Amino acid sequence: MLRKELLQLPYYRSLALNMMATIIVVSFIPVILVGSTIYFNLYASYREKVYAHLEELVEKHRQKIDDFLGDKLADIRFLAKNLGYANLSDETFLQDTLASLQRNYHYAFVDLGVVNGSGQQVAYAGPFKLAEADYADTDWFQQAMQKAYVISDVFLGLRRMPHFIVAVKGRVNGKPWILRATIDFAIFNDLVENIRVGETGFAYILNRNGEFQTHPLIDFIPSKGCYGQLFDCDRGMDDRVSIREWEGDDGKKSIYFTALLKDKEWLLVYRQERADAFSELRRAQGIAVVIFIIGGISIIIMAFTLSIRQVDRIKEADRGKEMMNQQMIETGKLASIGELAAGIAHEINNPVAIMVEEAGWIQDLLEEEDFEQSSNLEELERALKQINTQGKRCKEITHKLLSFARKTDARLQSFSINDLIEEVIDLSEQRAKYAKVTLTTRLDEDLPAIQASPSEMQQVFLNLINNAVDALEKKGGAITVTSLRRDTQAVIEVQDNGPGIPPANLDRIFDPFYTTKPVGKGTGLGLSICYGIIKKMGGEISVQSDMDEGTTFTIALPFHKEGEEERPAGGYSCR
Amino acid sequence: MNDPTVMNEPTVLLVDDEEPFVDTMTKRLSKRHLAVLKAYSGEEALLALKEDHHIDVVILDVKMPGMDGIETLKAIRKDFPLVEVIMLTGHATVETSIEGMRLGAFDYLMKPSDMDVLMDKVNAATRKKREHEDKIREARVNVILKARP
Repeated sequence: MLRKELLQLPYYRSLALNMMATIIVVSFIPVILVGSTIYFNLYASYREKVYAHLEELVEKHRQKIDDFLGDKLADIRFLAKNLGYANLSDETFLQDTLASLQRNYHYAFVDLGVVNGSGQQVAYAGPFKLAEADYADTDWFQQAMQKAYVISDVFLGLRRMPHFIVAVKGRVNGKPWILRATIDFAIFNDLVENIRVGETGFAYILNRNGEFQTHPLIDFIPSKGCYGQLFDCDRGMDDRVSIREWEGDDGKKSIYFTALLKDKEWLLVYRQERADAFSELRRAQGIAVVIFIIGGISIIIMAFTLSIRQVDRIKEADRGKEMMNQQMIETGKLASIGELAAGIAHEINNPVAIMVEEAGWIQDLLEEEDFEQSSNLEELERALKQINTQGKRCKEITHKLLSFARKTDARLQSFSINDLIEEVIDLSEQRAKYAKVTLTTRLDEDLPAIQASPSEMQQVFLNLINNAVDALEKKGGAITVTSLRRDTQAVIEVQDNGPGIPPANLDRIFDPFYTTKPVGKGTGLGLSICYGIIKKMGGEISVQSDMDEGTTFTIALPFHKEGEEERPAGGYSCR
Repeated sequence: MNDPTVMNEPTVLLVDDEEPFVDTMTKRLSKRHLAVLKAYSGEEALLALKEDHHIDVVILDVKMPGMDGIETLKAIRKDFPLVEVIMLTGHATVETSIEGMRLGAFDYLMKPSDMDVLMDKVNAATRKKREHEDKIREARVNVILKARP
């Protein structure tokens, strides 16, 4: 209910929103700053780690492939140099040599051939029918004739299968001859294909024209041009691994690691989708985002709860302050009314005194002999008596008014509680009469004096009786004030036969600002002040109520002990 | 020396700014065999005390324009210490009357007062004043007797 009211009040709603916004901003700024710093540091170090790892991987494979090709070339050179043209041109010898090579090198060598200076194959050992094949027009033969050795690009050749040739040039009797070997493409391809990282990482080799030298894992057409445009051919041809990021036609970014092979004739390319390479980072990002969202929601909930709670408290404090102000104003009004009443009462006292004295004077005169014979003597005496009686009544009324209007005196003194109860009953009688409420007292006449502040006790009983009259105002009823002795205490009960107090309200009835009266009718301070006064005087106040039967407030106060210090209160009288 | 049980008529000075009150009270007190002098202010009361040295009791209203009851009382206690003062007051000035008693007033009464109660207090005050005077007189006589050779 309070929250609903709160949200309906623009001031408190705005206060709650401001507070909420402040808490959210103050909480989010450090979270965002710390989170961003951690994220960027993590990203940089992770990127560095991934790049370093892949760079090393590519570098090792480049080495491995270069070693493989170098080994094969060295083997052929060794054979050409040590076995010589005469032996190798013998096909039987050549087949034995091939068998020996295949045993030692896991069949990496598919065949061997001896080609004369005209490009005519003079001896052949291998599975294909290539005896007397003519290689005069092939690139590899022409290159081999120019250089001491050659490792060809991959081509289909006469056998119509992808393969490449390793060839070395020798000389016999001043004439050149060539020993060539075909390398098993599958074994070579496996060397490259084995480079697999993540889900999308794979490697392939391009020649200088951008043509595949191995079979790539994914079918695609490489860009034409120098090394498939993955390598800046204008740049110096160094041996370092180059790294590039390119966005493909499908919009996916890929990272390319490239390294030159085979005397810079081939380019080893390792390609992996960026998202795949950074998948671990993305997972960490995902967790961080989830934590951030949970943290953010917690902050928002906390900000909402805290601000609502704080505004509740502020509102409660404001309400208390407002009530205190109202109470102050009421107290001020009461004080003014009291002063006015005191002034009026005092001014009335003088004419009343004169009237009474004049009546007294007439009474004195009537006592003289001259008037004793008058037939109206009896009637005159009755009238004078009535003037005296009414004069005294006026005096009592003004004295009560003056007594009530006197400033609150909190000093403790010993007095009769019964006298005070009767005085309060007298003061409340008029109001009770108009509310159709009868006031009855049952007082123990032998009660000893109590030690308390009479004016504060007057306030307590007036409050209790006024509350009871308020409760009975609609239908009328009866209020009974009882005083009795219980051990060392005077017990005073203020009992009414009104509608009673609901049990839920009974526990809070002495709380400050708690009221069930309509707005403007009560401040909710009366009973809490009564409670405070009674407690201060060393007494107890309690309430017992039954619905539709009535309510009883019970006050227990200690009797005044003989010899206890008593401060003169100055002229307080209870009538 | 006077016999305290056979007391001469007390002489009373009635001080109040309410003239009708003073006049009626004067008549009523006179009828009860008191010698009554009237004053309508504190200043008049002090003049009357200076002129008539037989005043026993001053019945003094507390709330008066000009010199109020307390000021008048202080002046009386200073210049005429033997004269007894009964304060007469409305209820609002009870505290003032108590202060008056601290300053040496004999008693206080609230308006409108009961004539019998007032008479009792006047008589008591007169008796006290005269006993006091007698003691002083006796002391003086003793001093004179002792001084004789």
